[in-house]
Amino acid sequence: MSDSNKQAIAHYRNNFLKEVEDHVEDGEWVRMCMQCGVCAGSCPFGPHWEHSPQKIFMMIRAGKREEVLSSDSMWMCTSCYNCIVRCPRKLPITHIMHGLAHYAHRLGIAPKGQPTREIARLFWVNLARTGRVNELKFSLAMYFKDGFVQGIKNALAMQGIGIGLMKARRLNPMELLGGHKCKDKDGIHKMIAKAREIEERKQKFV
Amino acid sequence: MKKRQYAFYPGCSSQKGASASNFATSIEVMCEKLGIQLNEIPDWNCCGASIGYGEGGLLPRLVINARNLALAEQHLPGQDMVSGCPACWLSTRETAEKLHESSDLLAGANEALKEAGLNFKGTVRARHIVEVLVEDVGFADMKAQVVKPLEGMKIAGYVGCQTNRPFGIAGESFENPQYLDKMIETVGAEPASGYEQKVTCCGGALAFSEPDKSQKQIRDIVESAYDHGAEMIVTPCQLCQANVEIYQSEINKKQGTKLAMPVVYYSQLMTVAYGGSLKQAGLNGHIIQPEKLKQIASRQK
Repeated sequence: MSDSNKQAIAHYRNNFLKEVEDHVEDGEWVRMCMQCGVCAGSCPFGPHWEHSPQKIFMMIRAGKREEVLSSDSMWMCTSCYNCIVRCPRKLPITHIMHGLAHYAHRLGIAPKGQPTREIARLFWVNLARTGRVNELKFSLAMYFKDGFVQGIKNALAMQGIGIGLMKARRLNPMELLGGHKCKDKDGIHKMIAKAREIEERKQKFV
Repeated sequence: MKKRQYAFYPGCSSQKGASASNFATSIEVMCEKLGIQLNEIPDWNCCGASIGYGEGGLLPRLVINARNLALAEQHLPGQDMVSGCPACWLSTRETAEKLHESSDLLAGANEALKEAGLNFKGTVRARHIVEVLVEDVGFADMKAQVVKPLEGMKIAGYVGCQTNRPFGIAGESFENPQYLDKMIETVGAEPASGYEQKVTCCGGALAFSEPDKSQKQIRDIVESAYDHGAEMIVTPCQLCQANVEIYQSEINKKQGTKLAMPVVYYSQLMTVAYGGSLKQAGLNGHIIQPEKLKQIASRQK
C-alpha cells in the first residue's frame, strides 16, 4: 500500500465522505445527490460499468472506500457531460468522476492495467514533454503499452487506418523525429512542476 | 469591411499534418468571407483534452489552460479567445470560470504561471468558433455569402458532446440543438430531420482505450444517418470527425457491415458553398471520400 494511502486511512478513519470532500475535485457535492438515477440512465457506457455515478455517491456516503477507489467505473467516463446537464440537483458529476479517478490514481489504488487509466497517463506525459500533443508518438505509445510483441500486433492491425491518414495528410511520419512543440517548453516544465508542488501541499493529510 | 478580431487557439489536432489539419485549412475561406480575423495566440500549448485529469489532476490542468489565457490577455488584449476544437474550448472556458470563482485557485495558478514569466488577470472570455458564427455573424450574413448552394444534398447534423455540453451554444437545448441543422439549411442543403443520434457520444478518447464499446456508439451514429436518408454526416467536433470517419472500416471488418458514410466539418460545407476550391475546403483530407461535395467544389458555379 502506498504511503499516501496509509496516511489517508489513518487520518480519516471511517469518514470516507469527509475524505472525498477534502481531497476530490468537486467532492463537496457528493452529499447533494438524491439518488434519482438519471445519471445512470444517461451514461453512454452505462452497460459497461459495475457502479453508476448514483451508486458511487451512495457508496461514498456508506464509507465503502476500498470498493469506490478500486472501481473501474470512473475510468469508463467518456466526458460526454450528459450526466451534468441532466442532473436535477446540478451536481458536476463528470468532474466528480474525473476527480475520483485522479484521486485513486494518485493514491495508487486505481485498478492496475485499466486501459483508460494507462492512456490518460501516456497522454499527459506526451503533452507535458513539449507543451503540445504529438499524435503519432501518442498512438505508438498506446499500441506498445502492453509490450513489444503486442505493440507490433496492434500497429499492424491499425496499419490500414494509418496509411489512410497519411495519404490524407492527417498523420505525418516525420513527427517521430521531433515534431510540433512550444518554444518555451522549459517554462512549461517549471510551471507544471510548481503546480504539482502546490497541489501536493494542499493534498497533505494534516 | 472592418474585420472582427479574435485571439485564436487552434489546438494540437489542427496543426499541420495532424488529425484535423483539414479543419484548420477549411476555416480560412470561411473566416475571410465572413470578416473574421483569427490572430493565433503565440506559443499556445495543449489544453489537456478530456483525459488530462487522470495524471494531471486539478491545478496542473487549470494551469496549462491558464497559460493560454494569459498569453492571449498579454499579446491580444481585448480580444475574445476563440477555439475551433470543443475540447480546447471546454477546457479553457472551464478554467476561466473556475479561476474567476475561486481566488485560491487563481492565486495557485498565478504562482505556477510565474515560473513561465506569466500572469493571468482573468479578463479573457473563452469562446467557440460556432458561437462567433451564430452570435456575432448570424445566419443571415452566413447565408448572404453563399454562391454555390449545396442543393440536393441531405446531411445528418451530428453535434456530438462537447460543443453541446456542458456549456453549449446559448439558447439551444442540450437534447436537440438546432444550430447545426440551420447551418446546413443556410448553405442550401437539407438537414436529415429526426436524426436521433445528433448528440450521442462517439466514445471520445475512449475510442483508443475501449475500442469495442466506442465502435458500438459509432455504428449507431452512422447507421442512423443512413436510416434518415443522409448521404453525409457533418460535425463541429474534431474528435467526433476522426472517430466516426476512421473506425467505420474497423466496424466493417469486425461486424460485416458496409459502412462508408463521409464525415465532414460545417466549415467545409461553408467553404464549398462560398465558392472555395476542393483544396481550400480541406476535402483532400478524408479517408471516406465526400464525393458529392467534392464534385460541387470542382464545378464552375
